[in-house]
Amino acid sequence: MTTILDPTSERTIVERERLARPASLEGLTVGLLDISKPRGDVFLDRIEERLVGIGATVKRYEKPTFAKPAPVDLRHEIATECQVVIEALAD
Amino acid sequence: MTDPTAPPLPDGIVVIVKRECETCQMVVPVLRELAASVELHVYTQDDPDFPGDPAAIPDSDLAVSWFHDIETVPTVIRSRDGAEVARTVGWAREAWEELTGVDDLGGDLPPMRPGCGSMSVDPDLVDELRVRFGRSTLSSRRIEVAAAEDEFEMMFARGWSDGLPVIPPTEQRVMAMLEGTSRAPSDIVATIPPNLDQINVEKVAISAVMAGCKPEYLPWVLTAVEAACNDEFNMHGLLATTMPVGPVVVCSGPGTRAIGMNSGGNALGQGNRANLTIGRALQLVVRNFGGGRPGEVDRAAHGNPGKLSFCFAEADDTSPYGTLAVEHGIEPGVDALTVFAGEGPQGFVDQLSREPEQLAASLAMRLQAIQHPKLILMFDAIVVMGPEHARVFADAGWDRDRILWEVALHLNQPGADLVRGAHGVAEGVPEAFADAESLPKFRPGGLMLTYAGGGAGLFSQIIAGWVNGDKGSKPVTRAVQY
Repeated sequence: MTTILDPTSERTIVERERLARPASLEGLTVGLLDISKPRGDVFLDRIEERLVGIGATVKRYEKPTFAKPAPVDLRHEIATECQVVIEALAD
Repeated sequence: MTDPTAPPLPDGIVVIVKRECETCQMVVPVLRELAASVELHVYTQDDPDFPGDPAAIPDSDLAVSWFHDIETVPTVIRSRDGAEVARTVGWAREAWEELTGVDDLGGDLPPMRPGCGSMSVDPDLVDELRVRFGRSTLSSRRIEVAAAEDEFEMMFARGWSDGLPVIPPTEQRVMAMLEGTSRAPSDIVATIPPNLDQINVEKVAISAVMAGCKPEYLPWVLTAVEAACNDEFNMHGLLATTMPVGPVVVCSGPGTRAIGMNSGGNALGQGNRANLTIGRALQLVVRNFGGGRPGEVDRAAHGNPGKLSFCFAEADDTSPYGTLAVEHGIEPGVDALTVFAGEGPQGFVDQLSREPEQLAASLAMRLQAIQHPKLILMFDAIVVMGPEHARVFADAGWDRDRILWEVALHLNQPGADLVRGAHGVAEGVPEAFADAESLPKFRPGGLMLTYAGGGAGLFSQIIAGWVNGDKGSKPVTRAVQY
């Protein structure tokens, strides 16, 4: 019998349940995260119009670059200020 | 002896022998003389009945030999309070007499005769012994492959392969791999994206075994992992991007020749174990330890074959303009590597330019096209210049700076030619640059020069980069840590 060594990090992944989907966005604060891809702002401008139209408060955020994960501070800021977040990925 | 599991030496004179060794057979009468006058303990490695008189203690598992670093038989050790005080190896009358305090030993024997190799350093046994006695140093989970299971298929099934077979990382192989570095297996090397766990030397060694590395490649693999897995190089971004980029590893220094890397003909191609497996080991670390797999965090639209491995050596011993590592601040002659976020190589053919001005203009024309002729400043590039092209510049006395300067002169385009819509092509620079008189293709330092390839062929290769600088990836150069 061959014994081999595990090449993985051997980490046990913690599964976190998603929050329940809100029945309505009215009165909620929605964060819009622009990942800094070209024209992502065009998409998010339109989304903002629609959200404000149905009574949501909108806050805008931007990643410094699309090529790196969002900084921890930015993620924390969004999590503490918003109930819902939409991320724009498109070119 | 620092290892707590090491068998202690009995006090007195300890001699380690094996029957297979003629010198050991020759000194048997001496051992009888010693047995009569000192507290003698003879350990025998192979035949427990050798030498018979005096009787020996079998060192069948070679524990005594291993832990007391016996490299030659016979070895004579004087021991007091369980600790070694003095030792001599082979047969040398004076040394034996001085060590044992007994005069006139082996009167019929020649004054000296070299010994033989200890079984504990036999190349056929040493890997097994390392596992047997060094087990406690490895902390990775052991996975038993059932007798009816094929270990190669099992590793494919677990998703540990990049598509090609990987070598099973047995304890023996990983222990042997770890001999390639002076670093402890528990030393932390880097934090590996995308899952961001810290990897230690042992886990890198496991991937190096799987990739097919030899132990002497391990310092290069460790350095490549360190160079690639940090915010500056941004391996996470390389993984997540839809562009076809991966870490390109450019090595230089005398160590590249010591481990047999190829910087000559087919340097970017197949057939060289060190080139191929060092680059592959880095990618296996990212895949298996970091969790970066195609279709998951790796979102490449096409990828490129270099994502299996893209690693080569510069011919720094013959380079007319030094190395990329030196350009990045490493002292000449120091083993070093640069990681670059690059695509697969693309050709540059110019078989007619014999003057450096012509060749510089020609190369610039080709470089303008990387990613898109109308996109500028976003992407770096490495030119792997072949010897026949480099000679055109070298014969004219152009050094690295001069070549880069002259090429750059031809890489300035008016904004009107690059702006979106110009020449009927939508792609290009934003409208704001339309009136710019002259726009460079590359940011300062963004065009890099290396030297490799076969001696025949008026060709060079270009490795185009990914989003550069703070927004994407910067090339990272590190000296190799042994």
